Amino acid sequence: MSVVELDDAVAVLGQFPALAGATLRVEAGEIVLLRGPNGAGKTTLLRLCAGLLPLVRGTGSVLGLDLTTHRESIRRTVGLLGHQNGLYLDLTVAENVRFWGSTVGASEGEMRSAMQRLDVADRLADVAVSRLSAGQKRRTALACLVARRAQLWLLDEPHAGLDASARDELDATLREASSAGATIVVASHELERAGNLATRAVDVIAGRVHDVVPGDPGAGNQDVVPGDPGAGNQA
Amino acid sequence: MSTLRIARLVAAKDLRIEWNSRVFVNQVLPFAGVTMVIFAFALDADSVLQRVAPGLVWLATMFSMLVLVQRAFAVETSDGALDALRVAGVDPRAIYLGKAVALGAQLLVLEVVLLFAAVVLYGQTIPAAGAVLLVITLISATCGLAAVGTLYGGLAAGFTGRETLLPLLTLPAVAPVLIGATRAVEAALGTAGAVVSDGWPWVGLLVVFAVAFGVGGALAFGPLIDE
Repeated sequence: MSVVELDDAVAVLGQFPALAGATLRVEAGEIVLLRGPNGAGKTTLLRLCAGLLPLVRGTGSVLGLDLTTHRESIRRTVGLLGHQNGLYLDLTVAENVRFWGSTVGASEGEMRSAMQRLDVADRLADVAVSRLSAGQKRRTALACLVARRAQLWLLDEPHAGLDASARDELDATLREASSAGATIVVASHELERAGNLATRAVDVIAGRVHDVVPGDPGAGNQDVVPGDPGAGNQA
Repeated sequence: MSTLRIARLVAAKDLRIEWNSRVFVNQVLPFAGVTMVIFAFALDADSVLQRVAPGLVWLATMFSMLVLVQRAFAVETSDGALDALRVAGVDPRAIYLGKAVALGAQLLVLEVVLLFAAVVLYGQTIPAAGAVLLVITLISATCGLAAVGTLYGGLAAGFTGRETLLPLLTLPAVAPVLIGATRAVEAALGTAGAVVSDGWPWVGLLVVFAVAFGVGGALAFGPLIDE
């Protein structure tokens, strides 16, 4: 069973079909890169997989749960990390991880293990999140995802706002998480960096998903004008 | 995880944030105290101050509540934590209940401090005969204020200009609490010849208000914070 299975999926934002018949399969342990210009539907695809948007047409499932009937259950099994980290800045790293872990009944051991895995257990555990660097905050956010047992990680531009060393740290963390069994879908404009990280890449263009042809330098980064009929014919 | 267990987690988390940041102690309580002093300057005469003291206590409570509600949702939105809670499928009723309990706990402390300030600044006395009525009034009014504050705080959190929107939404909604709590406290303190029995019907109003907004808020909070 695939972790993500979308067939001809349509999702709308207001009246606009941000996903217009997307088909995608993601297998367990994969790191899949979503490439594509702004407005192409990458974030919508992630939000659909997180159970935040209704599936208007087509079929889809995430971790075996139907996207039309089990959106609430899906939310509890996936972690969506966007430009913000979803952390409480006045709490310490340990307090944040403990809070998020407790929402799913995680044990103290699980939470400690999540912090150790993301290397925020020792020196940083009792530091307020507001005092962390951007990379440390991102690692803490990922530790929270682990603590709340997210099986599918949906990351939207995870490298944004990080310096070079923090990006390297993040990539290493994601590779390690993948080898430990996590399935990761990453939307990114940083094709070279994210491409090296990913085990597979797909292009998202005008709300449709296209397999990447080997050697293809990647979908352009130009913005898509909503409703532009020509945009979908590029791949 | 049950709704009540998650609500307890959310409440404990909010109170921990306040404990760590000390915003309640270092900013909200001094703000409330300054408001009471300003009222004293504005009204001056002791006889007037003693007559209107219950109303001033509740006015200062409501102004301070706006600061507390802003703060309660600023910590949720500053790094996208409220969105993360929603994404994680956390029961919105539990978020509402937890945040309302944490807000209520802070309001209760604030009200006690303000009553003490009224005794010190306005020469107000608290007769033993009205103690039960006073305590029940404080609790029921606090529940109503926390229910309304959390509901509108969650609503305003999703909008730009939330700082100005929140008082605009909240103050008219809490007017029944202001009226009911003021009359009940006047009865408890014996202000202007009021007797304790005059206060109980107002407590009834406060309880009905708290239950209505508590239930309505718990049901409406999810759709309000959802897109």
